[in-house]
Amino acid sequence: MNQYQTIESVENEIVDEFSLFDSWDDKYEYIIDLGKKLPPLDEQFKKDENKVRGCQSTVWLVAEYRDGNVYYKAESDAIIVKGLISMLIRVLSGHTPEEIINAKLDFIQKIGMTTHLAQTRSNGLLSMVKQMKHFALAYKLKSEAENNERRSA
Amino acid sequence: MIESATISNNLDVYSLRQQFPALDRKVKGKPLVYFDNAATAQKPQVVIETLNQYYTQYNANIHRGIHTLAEEATAAFEATRDTVRQYIHATSREEIIFTRGTTEGINLVASTWGRQNIDKGDEIIISTMEHHSNIVPWQILCQEKEAVLKIIPIHDNGELILEEYEKLISPKTKFVSIVHVSNALGTVNPVKKIINIAHRAGAKVLVDGAQSAVHFDINVEDLDCDFFVLSSHKIYGPTGVGVLYGKKSLLESMPVYQGGGEMIKEVSFKKTIYNDLPYKFEAGTPNIADTVAFKAALDFVQATGKEKIRKHESSLLAHATAKLSEIPGLRIVGTAKDKTSVVSFVMEGIHPQDIGILLDNQGIAVRTGHHCTQPLMDRLGIPGTARVSLAMYNTMEEIDALIPGVHKVKKMLS
Repeated sequence: MNQYQTIESVENEIVDEFSLFDSWDDKYEYIIDLGKKLPPLDEQFKKDENKVRGCQSTVWLVAEYRDGNVYYKAESDAIIVKGLISMLIRVLSGHTPEEIINAKLDFIQKIGMTTHLAQTRSNGLLSMVKQMKHFALAYKLKSEAENNERRSA
Repeated sequence: MIESATISNNLDVYSLRQQFPALDRKVKGKPLVYFDNAATAQKPQVVIETLNQYYTQYNANIHRGIHTLAEEATAAFEATRDTVRQYIHATSREEIIFTRGTTEGINLVASTWGRQNIDKGDEIIISTMEHHSNIVPWQILCQEKEAVLKIIPIHDNGELILEEYEKLISPKTKFVSIVHVSNALGTVNPVKKIINIAHRAGAKVLVDGAQSAVHFDINVEDLDCDFFVLSSHKIYGPTGVGVLYGKKSLLESMPVYQGGGEMIKEVSFKKTIYNDLPYKFEAGTPNIADTVAFKAALDFVQATGKEKIRKHESSLLAHATAKLSEIPGLRIVGTAKDKTSVVSFVMEGIHPQDIGILLDNQGIAVRTGHHCTQPLMDRLGIPGTARVSLAMYNTMEEIDALIPGVHKVKKMLS
């Protein structure tokens, strides 16, 4: 992705890709494939404090703030969850905290992964999204505080 | 298939299934195979109709009203108490307390009998295979009273180590709270023996019957347990209703649980006189409709025949165990000699959650995860299992459908 894309346009891309599948089997095959392709997370990050709570499987999620954008890396011991994270990373990684916080993430519902994001805990999607947004919020507050300091200095 | 038909010919499972409307639906375009019965069972038409009748014909608040509807509702509500008493062979209807479910029953005992009788340094015994509901209330109590929680260990096959249990018993042992049937493994615990050992040491015993009351004939008098708890929704009844059985003398000596209406005789700002058993522990307007319909569920089970159900379910368990065992890379977790209606399994290199999602995609509902028994999973060294749990309406054909389902999961994930 050399060209900058908005979160929404990446979401639409995924929705388009999923529209090609006519069966649930195909959708899952694709997600499993994404899961397999997700680069493994460095062992040093696989510690308790990086675990996302509220998932049936273990999910480790780390974020980095670079040049005003948030970048995510994650891994899970369950392959479908890994596929789902891979999509979330594709959609959210490399965007500003502001954009991430405001992301609607309608694509999850549109591709049929959940009917009501707010109500499902089973596949851990809600917890992952929440955690990713938390990171964004933390970086936003941090950079605002730094800006204020600079201004008052 | 011919063989399976003869195995289950005592119970006409195909006409029985027609009594359960939810079984008729499709999931992801495939006929539903419901194997999550240990979480909650589907409801027969008669339960749904009883609920409907209650709300359409005689909905009223119970016990206090003098009008016809209140009388009818009260009679129906109290009729459930009588049926429960007979279902678990309790001596008196006053020993049957309605709760929201098993969890509330345990909490009630922990915060009334427990608060009254547990002192600093006292010991409470539970087992490794307890549901969180039979761990946390005792942890809370032990923390509050500076008492000690002791844990009966298990063998690798999911059986309790009874010799270790006997070693845990001491003059300080005040209470033993034990699961009758493990929800995660299906192990049937020798509760009668456990109760006997506890009683010899002067300790009281609670039996968590959430998983057993649906499968076995429960006889609290014969077991001689001090408390027995169960949930309606696992016995084909509505959610939100449970039962706490307690020996009358114990219930009488216990302080009240919650204050409010129903549980009082007289209230003044100086002093309140509590109601008699069983109402003493039933504060507030109870879950009338669901309690009324719970009777329909118990009647349904009894009319179907517990012995017939038990036979059918044990054929199903044997068939599922044999078939699943044949799958390479699949390991059954929990292989106790005495087991009922649960096959928990793990698959090499595959997370249980992936199994669950991909089986659901084929219309097969199983539960995956730690089954609210995290300490048990830790003991077994696994993050969780995929669990097939069986009910009276499951068929050999459904198990036969599960097997290619699991093979497909394997193929998709390999």
